[in-house]
Amino acid sequence: MGSAELKLSLDDLTGKAHRLPQERPSLICFVKEDCETCNTAAPVLEALHGAYGSEMAVLLVAQSGEANAVFADRHGLTMPVLDDTACTAAFEWDIESVPSVFWLDAEGKIERQFEGFVRTDWETLTADLATASALPAAQIDWSSLPAWRPGCGSKHLDPSVFDKLQAEAEGSPIRARRIEVAPSDDVAEFMFDQGFSDGLPLVPPTPERVMRMLGGTHRDPQEVVATVPPNMGEATIEKIAINAVMAGCKPEYLPVVIAAVEAACTDEFNIHGVTATTMGAAPVMIVNGPIRERIGMNKGLAALGSGNRANATIGRALRLVVRNVGGATTGGVERSVLGNPMKYTMCFAENEERSPWPALHVERGFAAEDSVVTLFAMTGGPVHIVDQTSRAPEQIAGSLGLGLEGVFLPKLRNLPVDALLVVCPEHIDTLMREGPYSKERLRDRIQEVTMRPLSDMVQNEDCGAGIPPEKAAEMGPEALAQRVPKFAGTEYIHIVVAGSDAGKFSSAFHGWATGSVGSIAVSKKIDLG
Amino acid sequence: MTTILDPTDERKPVERQITPRSGKLDGVIGLLDISKPRGNVFLDELESLLTQKAPDVIVKRYMKPTFAKPCPDALRQQMRDECSFVIEALAD
Repeated sequence: MGSAELKLSLDDLTGKAHRLPQERPSLICFVKEDCETCNTAAPVLEALHGAYGSEMAVLLVAQSGEANAVFADRHGLTMPVLDDTACTAAFEWDIESVPSVFWLDAEGKIERQFEGFVRTDWETLTADLATASALPAAQIDWSSLPAWRPGCGSKHLDPSVFDKLQAEAEGSPIRARRIEVAPSDDVAEFMFDQGFSDGLPLVPPTPERVMRMLGGTHRDPQEVVATVPPNMGEATIEKIAINAVMAGCKPEYLPVVIAAVEAACTDEFNIHGVTATTMGAAPVMIVNGPIRERIGMNKGLAALGSGNRANATIGRALRLVVRNVGGATTGGVERSVLGNPMKYTMCFAENEERSPWPALHVERGFAAEDSVVTLFAMTGGPVHIVDQTSRAPEQIAGSLGLGLEGVFLPKLRNLPVDALLVVCPEHIDTLMREGPYSKERLRDRIQEVTMRPLSDMVQNEDCGAGIPPEKAAEMGPEALAQRVPKFAGTEYIHIVVAGSDAGKFSSAFHGWATGSVGSIAVSKKIDLG
Repeated sequence: MTTILDPTDERKPVERQITPRSGKLDGVIGLLDISKPRGNVFLDELESLLTQKAPDVIVKRYMKPTFAKPCPDALRQQMRDECSFVIEALAD
């Protein structure tokens, strides 16, 4: 505590109000009933009250709820015992341990302050109070008291108490509207009824939980990170933290969620279209760099789901920000014909350690030691590509290509549409068994094995999608014989590595409308301060 | 009392929202007697007025076993399934 005037306004155990400063000096001691050192100090304080109580206010500030009365009875205390069970005084006075002694002058300025029980401190205090008050020194048998005994931690420093006090204190960074949920209302049901949920239960975003979440970032809680469509709501760090709490995130995940919100709300990514499309797109989030390990993300066994808190809740937090801050509710702006389970969450880490290639974020222009989040707008997946028998690199590369035939519709090719291929470690091993096999070569191979003549794309009795017959007639047999690959260019084929060492199953996510009319993948560096 | 922080952009007041009103008087109207004395008298009067003034409306009557406790789930669900609107007579 600095030199500022110390104030206090608490009731004693009889309900009488006490305020500081008074117009006379005071001696204040913070105590807890179950602290042995406080019990050592109590008879001393009672003696000081007896000796100097006529000249100064001697007050105990007790933190132990109903046990405050037990403490007072145990020591036969006659001085006022003020109830600070809520710990507001301990928080404002910024003490660390109990007993914590303050000798204040009539203006509330500190004359002396100490903690714990160092006998010489207490003896000196007793003598000096006698001098200052011109009263006889209190009679205390100092030889029966220990020379030194450390205090106990003040109750307000318990994290659950401290976060709440901080959230409610003057100068609290919390600005969001506080919602009082009546005792007769179930909090979980209330949040469902308010439309805050994606359909799954939420963790109630209490001020203390949000304070703890904000501890995960160095950024100002009121910094506006993005405006979120369709309502163009302002996603402040605080609002993102609230939604991250609801999603079940730990504070250390928050920087990833913030970067994901930044990425999603760019013009390129176009979260509005991704949310609104009847096709049912969802952000697929990939995390790269050192933060993967630091926050315990899953890149290996079952990386694409489920069972990992970081993967599950980071993806969900983004979704909740879009829903709650952006106002994109299902049936409102969200118009997906079937929906998509990835709309709950889809977030995983790349298994960079099992990849023979530069990691996704390095490929996209970041340094290897950066932590980066990349978002893709995907409508389907993960769709497995099963090949347990290929043993040659060109074979497995071919299978990975054929596994992408289903994007949109197998018949459609030359698509300007993203696909995200997640290659499993065993397929990587097959690809590499004869030496390096680059991503570029894999992309070329995918295009090579998916080449078909345009004539295969003409609308027919089996399928009315593709080139209209009249257009085909115009083109003529020579043009129709031209062979085209699945994708309009290799830049639409995105490749990462994930998964565990056992199992020859890779997977693919199928894209939405790619490009400026739809969505372009966006990477953002995670701000770790 | 639990305090939570608003996760939205705060453009709407936080309250239990009232179901949108159609502006029409039709369908099935449930009249719920909560078992307080003379609640039935009030509802009988209401039923006769509704039958006179809105002959197309179907009126159904329900009764809570006791006014002192919340409506049993089964009865609440039954009313939800059968009624377009419910009028509850609080009596007193």
